[in-house]
Amino acid sequence: MERMALTRSALRLFSGRFTQACQVRGYADAPSMSLTFAAPSQVLYNNISVKQIDVPSFSGSFGILPAHVPTLAVLKPGVVTVFENDGSTKKFFVSSGTVTINEDSTVQLLAEEAVPVDTLDISAAKELLAQSQSQLASASSEVAKAEAEISIEVSEALVKACE
Amino acid sequence: SQQVRGMATLKMISIRLKSVKNIQKITQSMKMVSAAKYTKAERELKSARPYGIGAQEFYKKAEVKDEEGEKGQLIIAVSSDRGLCGAVHSSIGRIVKTDIAASPNTKVVIVGDKVRNILQRLYAKNIAMVVTEVGRKPAVFGDAALVAQSIINSGIEFSKGKILFNAFRTVVSFRTTEMPLYSQNAVANASKLPVYDSLDSDVIQSYTEFSLASLLFYSMKENATSEQSSRMTAMDNASKNAGEMIDKLTMTFNRTRQAVITRELIEIISGAAALETKN
Repeated sequence: MERMALTRSALRLFSGRFTQACQVRGYADAPSMSLTFAAPSQVLYNNISVKQIDVPSFSGSFGILPAHVPTLAVLKPGVVTVFENDGSTKKFFVSSGTVTINEDSTVQLLAEEAVPVDTLDISAAKELLAQSQSQLASASSEVAKAEAEISIEVSEALVKACE
Repeated sequence: SQQVRGMATLKMISIRLKSVKNIQKITQSMKMVSAAKYTKAERELKSARPYGIGAQEFYKKAEVKDEEGEKGQLIIAVSSDRGLCGAVHSSIGRIVKTDIAASPNTKVVIVGDKVRNILQRLYAKNIAMVVTEVGRKPAVFGDAALVAQSIINSGIEFSKGKILFNAFRTVVSFRTTEMPLYSQNAVANASKLPVYDSLDSDVIQSYTEFSLASLLFYSMKENATSEQSSRMTAMDNASKNAGEMIDKLTMTFNRTRQAVITRELIEIISGAAALETKN
């Protein structure tokens, strides 16, 4: 009986210490998050554990760390940076898409098109920008104007990504 | 006049034999073409699967349920324009029919002519939209986006929705599967939605529209792979059956040929014997 009382109080002591220690820890020690980054024609990451992801969205660019608050966001044309667990960084240009962060720290980044940034050709991007600007100038209907504006937005982001 | 006797003349059998041989050549070449298309489709499906599975995750994690309401059901039936592929189209058509019979307030968006032909006779009123020119070339995201845009533009309202397609399992088997589709209201009322931070109706609308296109794309890819593998099997069986028919017909042809020769010989010999006895 005394032994049980002793172990109980010992446990209480230890658990108190542990909870204090837990509160001292920061987000960096939280379980890492599992990323699925895919485009319709290719898979870039399939349930891979990563450290951080920076995404460009219409509600602002933000970085996703493990235990990020769950949210949904719509992607803007721009660069996604993935910080992998081994310290390396990979950059991808995305045209559009959605990002989902769930409660259990899984992230689904679904891009309509995603390419590694080093495969981009800056001269082709500048050409595309010039083309879209002339398209906007000659656009007649609302739909054509909107399409040209989207094209400009994407090509501006492309040029920025190449620089 | 000698060849008119008997069950079938040599000429008729040889015509039949030639046509069955032609059919076997056609089905064999269709099998080769399908095998090539299947290899490509399966490769593209492998790349598309994480995308498709990822697109469904949110709805599972947020525990989205069908809307409570009387706006009816929306079924998107994914098939194609081309036949000779086994049970691929008929399995979809069958499920749509039972669904409409169970809940008459159902609207169907049909992707591909074949299912339209199945449903047109009895359920033409339930067909909301038909998409054609499907199946000739592998689907790209732009195609799915086009269909999704048309559905959104048509303003179809629904409380409960699903995409019906054939999920690819192995070369010889596929499973007719349904993926749930949720309306914007259903997402807005999801039990776990408050967990998700800083959402407004714009984000939810863009998200659901994009995910409709993504889910459609994924179902088209799965269905295309199932269709090609099913066609490969069907054409292979057809070639085998044609081969059996050719064997049987060749036997019949040879027997008939020998019978004709024997008959001629008998007539000649009996004629000669008659002349001899006369003498």
